[in-house]
Formats: sequence, structure tokens, C-alpha cells
Amino acid sequence: MKIVVCIKQVPDTKGGVKFNPDGTLDRAAMLAIMNPDDKAGLEAALRLKDQYGAEVTVLTMGLPKATDVLREAIAMGADKGILVTDRVLGGADTWATSTTIAGAIRNLEYDLIITGRQAIDGDTAQVGPQIAEHLQIPVISYAQDIKVDGNTVTVQRQYDDRYHVLEVQMPCLITALSELNEPRYMTPGGIFDACRSEITTWGRADLKDVDDSNLGLAGSPTKIAKASDKVRKGAGEKVVPDSPEDAVAYIVGKFKEKHVI
Amino acid sequence: MNLEEYKGVYVYAQQVDNEISGIAYELLGKAKELAAPLNTDVTAVLIGSDVKGLADSLAEYGADKVIVVDDPELKDYRTEPYAHALASVINKYKPEIMLVGATAIGRDLGPTVSARVATGLTADCTVLEIGDFPLVAVPGKEDEQKHNQLLMTRPAFGGNTIATIACPNNRPQMATVRPGVMQKIEPIKGAKANVEEYNPGFTPDKRYVTIKEVVKAVSDTVDIMDAKILVSGGRGVGTPENFKILEDLAAVLGGTVSCSRAVVDSGWKPKDLQVGQTGKTVRPNVYFAIGISGAIQHVAGMEESDIIVAINKDEDAPIFDVADYGIVGDLNKIVPALTESLKAELAAK
Repeated sequence: MKIVVCIKQVPDTKGGVKFNPDGTLDRAAMLAIMNPDDKAGLEAALRLKDQYGAEVTVLTMGLPKATDVLREAIAMGADKGILVTDRVLGGADTWATSTTIAGAIRNLEYDLIITGRQAIDGDTAQVGPQIAEHLQIPVISYAQDIKVDGNTVTVQRQYDDRYHVLEVQMPCLITALSELNEPRYMTPGGIFDACRSEITTWGRADLKDVDDSNLGLAGSPTKIAKASDKVRKGAGEKVVPDSPEDAVAYIVGKFKEKHVI
Repeated sequence: MNLEEYKGVYVYAQQVDNEISGIAYELLGKAKELAAPLNTDVTAVLIGSDVKGLADSLAEYGADKVIVVDDPELKDYRTEPYAHALASVINKYKPEIMLVGATAIGRDLGPTVSARVATGLTADCTVLEIGDFPLVAVPGKEDEQKHNQLLMTRPAFGGNTIATIACPNNRPQMATVRPGVMQKIEPIKGAKANVEEYNPGFTPDKRYVTIKEVVKAVSDTVDIMDAKILVSGGRGVGTPENFKILEDLAAVLGGTVSCSRAVVDSGWKPKDLQVGQTGKTVRPNVYFAIGISGAIQHVAGMEESDIIVAINKDEDAPIFDVADYGIVGDLNKIVPALTESLKAELAAK
């Protein structure tokens, strides 16, 4: 079985977001990590590899420094890493991104493609289903359990108040939730492999069956009209009462003032 | 693509088990507002099996017209054939704007359909308005500024930044909208829909997955998005059993218990009670954040609440940055005492 896992390098938002003095996001001060949903997707692929044997290729689109997440994935147990990077691909929206990644994947043999449901920087959850659409293969998003039997994949697909048990034939694309599993750690041997392994780098010329007009900022149907840091409603009052009774009296007083009670 | 051909504001009227989802009515409310400056009307697209009878309720909430795609293949939601149904409607009727709920269904259907009809899609919008793109004309290029564009504002980066997006050169302009953000209109009783049936034909192929089983979570609780008072607990509550003190407080106020993602991840509470980026967006009259540190992903789901009361022993917890009333202290002592005090206050009335 050949599995392609799409991963993204994102700034870590855990443990707080850092701001510059002018109020903009200080990306340099935040660690760059493998997107959590993607890591769960990678773990799912590695479990399938443990269980059935599979070749796991990780693919990312980004700046050259995104090789870090490819090496991390190899250290966890992935076999190969591919970086798709090119100046002309910058500023892509989800349409242009999914077009690019589909163009890269067309060069590969695959049975299963796994992506994270969404990245914590953009939160769109669009790229996975759109890759499937470009490749004309079935998509199952929001997977909370994945099993393979021969050519058949059985997936629990999560909805708000239920899940569906779905059956699909490979090749197909699945988007994974970070709730899917607890990703493994890198192993010492894996880290050794990761340092030695050759990362394949592809540029625009390596993308198959894609039109220039669908790539990068220029090829993105959505355009940013304005971007700004969110103006939050400021903090209200904070009190440190001497006793629970004082705390209760404070809340009850406020509720009366605001006609809650 | 001749942009002039595309007219009207369309809403995907999501139904589950042949019951219209609240998001559909919310989108209709917004669609009506958007249609006014465009001098156009509002169309709901209803897709399912045996769903025609639901059309009038869409009219009551503001749909001028309802396009019904009714086919036995469409019984339960599957990416395919639903994407085929919606993409076919878009190709035939050419809407100017297509709104979809940012639900577990809409966030699958929306991207698939937008890629199929080759247009942009803006996810999880919180504000939609009609305006110019660019917002300010470039000097000397005033005639290149486009008017009557859909401007879609959305949070990104876990709610830390907001961006306003336009889709100036492709149609339809597509957006998904989070449930609980837009307002429904007061229903127009007895309104009748102008129904048009359309069936593009469905031929199952390899992209039609098989549903082997539908497993519904057993839930007798109120949807937290409808609650006026939410008593929300985080990891600081300590144990699943200790949620009892939150339930007691909720009971006194006629409220409902909800929780943070940490609580769901620990298996203490089911997913449908989760508030936040990957859970539900709520805006009750009163939101208690009890033992919740206030990660930005959580705050993104509750910051529009009218009154936020936070109780946390950690004085530096970020939840205090959004709380109207922040109390630093031990929730195990304060919450039960608050319940008793409120009980007495309410009994005295």
C-alpha cells in the first residue's frame, strides 16, 4: 500500500500567541510545528504501515524551512519527504493550494491520501476535500477511525451528533481529526534516518497537469481586501475575594445590577 | 465566465433526518439583508430524499424561492451525490452568492463544490456585507474598483487575526458561515414557497461511498447553542464527577452545562457540549467559564456572550482577559456557595 500524507508547517498557538509591540502577530517568536490534525493523519498512516506494511510519503508545500516538518515526519517513521516550493506558488488560497498539491501528487503512485482536517493558522478545512476533487477521487473528511481490508477502507466519519461508518474503495482521500489518535514520538533511529534522508524538492515545473492561471496569489479566486488583528473586547473586572462568601456576594451583586436575577 | 449572468443570493438549506438545521434559517436571514442592496431575491437550495414538504418553512424564514433536488440517492448526507446536486444547481441557475453553513456537512460540501465549479470559498465567515473591492480605489484606477461585491470577514489564527476576503473575478461568491453567528428573521407565518424541482440525475460511481451504519449519539440535553445561560467547565473542574457542582448551578438558573475541548479530549463530556473553534460557537446571555484557562480557540467560541463570568484559581489565566467579571479563587468552594445563594435569592422573589 502506498500512502501520501499531506502536512503543513504552522506557527504554534499553544501556550499563547506572541504579539509585536505594534499589535501584529510575532510569528518569529512562535515555534513552527507540524499542524496537529496533520500529525494525527501521519500517525494514522504509520499505524496502517505497522499493521499492513505501507510506504508512507509525506508531502508539504511551503518555504524551504518547511523541510523541518518533513524530517520530523521521517523521524516518526515516514519513508520519504517531498517539499513543494516555488516563488510563483506564494500567496495561494485554498483553491490554488489544492491545485498545486494535486499537481504534485499526480507524479506519485498512491492508494490512500491522508490530510489533516484543518490547519491551525487558516482553520479552513478546505484543502483536503479540494485535493480529492482535483484528483477525482472519493473524499471522507472528519475521520475518527480508519481501517483497511484489502482494497476497502472503512472509516468512522464524525458529524455533530452522530457518526457514519463509511466504506470506500481505494484510491481515496481521508481528512483526519487530531482526536483520531495520540501521535508517536520520534525515535532515535528515526532521527538518524531523518538527518540522512534526502528530501525531494519540487518546483512549478514538476507539477503535473496544472495551469499557471490557477497557481499562487494571481491564481487565487479569493483576494484579501483587508487584514487586521482582532480588536477584542477588553477585560472587565477581576477580583481576588478574601473568601468564597465574598466571591458569591460579588457575583450575585453583579447579577442583580444586570438584571440576570 | 460572464459574471453578469450570475444573479441572486442562494442558501444551502441543510437538512438532517429531514429536519431543517437552524443554520439554514440563520443563513436565510443574512441572505435577505444581502439581497436588498443587490436588488435581488433569496433562493434556498433544499437537497435530500422526500424533503419537498420542508420548503414552506424556508419561505417562512425568508426564502423567495426554493429549488428542491429530491432523489432517493440523497437520503443521508454523502459528499457524493450531494456535491453533484449542489454543483448542478449552481451551473444551471448561476447564483451570484452561495452561502453554506460551516457545519460538519457544509465544511465538506462547500470545498468540494467550490473546486468543482471553479470558484473561491471563504471559510467560517462571521461578517458578510456588500461593498467595494478594493475597499478603496487605487488612485488612477478608479474604474477598476468593483462594486456590489460580497465582502467576507473571517477570523484566522485561532481568532487572533481577522481578514476580509472578496472573490472579485469568479462566481458564485461562496462562503461558509458558522452556526450561531447570523440572526434568523421573525418567521412569516403561513408564507408559501415558490418551489422549483430540479433533478440533475444521479449515477452512482466510485466516488459514492457506502454508508454501512449511522450511529447517533444519545443525547437528551439542550443544544448549547440555544441556551440562554451556559455553565461551562474546563480541565480545572478536576474530575468528571465534579461537574455535578456545575450542573447544580445550571439547574438553579435554568441553564445548561457545556465544556472546553480539554474536557472532551479527556472523555469527561461528549463532543456536542464543546465550546470553541473546533466545537460550537455560543452567545448566551450569561457564560460561566469555570476552571477554563481560556485558550484562544475556546475564546473564539464564546467571546460574543453578553456577560462572561470566569472563576479560576490562576490569576494569570487568559480567560480573565475576556471576562466581564473575573473571580480568582477556588471553584470547589465558590460554585456550590453561589448555587445556594442564587437558590435563596430566586426563592425570595
